[in-house]
Amino acid sequence: MPLLETRKLRIEIGTTRVCDDLDFSLNAGDRCCILGRNGTGKTTLLHTLAGLRLPASGDIKLNKQSLQQLPRKRIAQHMGLLFQDHSDAFPANVMETVLGGRHPWMGPFEWETEQDYALARAALRAVDLDNMEQRIVTTLSGGERRRLGIACLLTQNPQIQLLDEPTNHLDIHHQISMLDLLQRQTADDNKALLFVMHDLNLALRYCNRFLLLFGDGETVQGTASEVLTHTHLERLYQHPLQSVQGPHGTVWLPQ
Amino acid sequence: MRAPTLLALLLILTLVSLLVSLLSGSVTISWQELLKILSGAGDALTTQVVLELRWPRAVAAFTTGALLSLAGALMQVLLRNPLADPYVLGVSGGAATGALLALLLGLGSFWLHSAAFGGALLSMLLVFGLSHGSGSWTTSRLLLTGVVIAAGWGAVIGFLLALSPDQSLRGMLFWLMGDLSYAASPTTGFLVLVVGLLLATAIGRSLNMLTRGEQTAATLGVNIIPLRRFIYLLASLLSATAVTLAGSIGFVGLIVPHVLRLIGVRDHRLLLPAAALLGGSLLIVADTLARTLLAPRQLPVGILTALVGVPLFLVLLHHGRSLHGETR
Repeated sequence: MPLLETRKLRIEIGTTRVCDDLDFSLNAGDRCCILGRNGTGKTTLLHTLAGLRLPASGDIKLNKQSLQQLPRKRIAQHMGLLFQDHSDAFPANVMETVLGGRHPWMGPFEWETEQDYALARAALRAVDLDNMEQRIVTTLSGGERRRLGIACLLTQNPQIQLLDEPTNHLDIHHQISMLDLLQRQTADDNKALLFVMHDLNLALRYCNRFLLLFGDGETVQGTASEVLTHTHLERLYQHPLQSVQGPHGTVWLPQ
Repeated sequence: MRAPTLLALLLILTLVSLLVSLLSGSVTISWQELLKILSGAGDALTTQVVLELRWPRAVAAFTTGALLSLAGALMQVLLRNPLADPYVLGVSGGAATGALLALLLGLGSFWLHSAAFGGALLSMLLVFGLSHGSGSWTTSRLLLTGVVIAAGWGAVIGFLLALSPDQSLRGMLFWLMGDLSYAASPTTGFLVLVVGLLLATAIGRSLNMLTRGEQTAATLGVNIIPLRRFIYLLASLLSATAVTLAGSIGFVGLIVPHVLRLIGVRDHRLLLPAAALLGGSLLIVADTLARTLLAPRQLPVGILTALVGVPLFLVLLHHGRSLHGETR
């Protein structure tokens, strides 16, 4: 059964058509990556799927229920989003930020319990940010803030995780360890991940499905062998590419 | 600092400022006398001074300060702008226009308060209606609408001042600077404060989420549009009540939430009650100074809130930065 499903989804930003009549479904165990050039609407598609903006037409269903009819709190229990970047008008420390992930799971008058703190601390440990609980978020480095965002998503623990460029600002070690961490969840617990990534080779290594946005409303989806062909990728990125065999399979290099 | 400690300290501060305000004034009253008065055994004159003049005025000061601080904290979250204050969206301008009209026409105190509250409500509804525009209700549209309406009220106030005869100008200026000698019975205001504080604290965790940005809050399960409308209406009503009590007292609503944020209070479930207590006691102190500093002359309390608040705030700002290493 698909966790998240779209039927005839059409999204527009100004005059750009992101997708036209897109039928897409995300199932447990899926690690899908959205690929496309800058400005083709990858982030807009993620935000639409998260219910943050309305599509021009078409339906989005979360666990068979129409997204628009679900209360925000229910949506947040099933689906989380790691944003591309953050803004801070007000200071917050690391622990407070991570505990935010428990918000959808708490009643209106409940306070965070010891169990919520334990979940938050475990998430911080998982992203290598233990011992930073009291630090003010604005004093963290870009990569640390990225991992903090991932920790918040882990604390929220939704079945569907939408990740907008999760490896932004991360060093090579943390790119691999964070993607390993996210990947492990789909193996253990019936989860689905939907990425936006620009690193084609990391996407190939960690994702088992791909959705290509060409920027004119046309989309192509499937497994790597089905859709990541020379023709598709050169058309997608409008740049000549070359494939070589690496230790984890095919690697694409720009010419 | 832990929440119970902070609230206990602020409660003590409130009680101390209340006592000081009951003791000081044109008739000096000693501790022993105050105890007698409170137990019902004081002499008639001092009992009357304390219970019928100073007590209601101190309660009015507390209520006004608490309402403004609460409204300021809410406005700052609503507009995601730490520089917002309760008046930024024009509530005080509307109230001032109403109040000045009443003063110009020489109407009595009941009409003065009704006109001020009516003006504040009118301004609130005007901004609410106009900022909706073509369906969207964004922060910047709300802020711009509010600021422009406030500027419009500013012009109307200037016009009324220009028209007014010299003998009413002084009263008008006092009202504009904020003055508790006009305060009516604070009971209604105090009830509004209690209900407002309970409502605001109840949505405290959602407010915490909202400070991270609307989209982030939405993905964490906050229903943004109804929440923002609720904050707007609540903050405006609290400001309107405060302005009706004592005119447009500046500064309290801006700095009190800030002082608390600077000492590291960030959770709105604690920040809001703490802001109410701190703002309330700050205004009791300011009002006590306003009526004793140049006695028998009385100063508008709005001058004193700034005189007390500016140095306090600067000291905290200076230390706050080094304590928390904020980069903002």
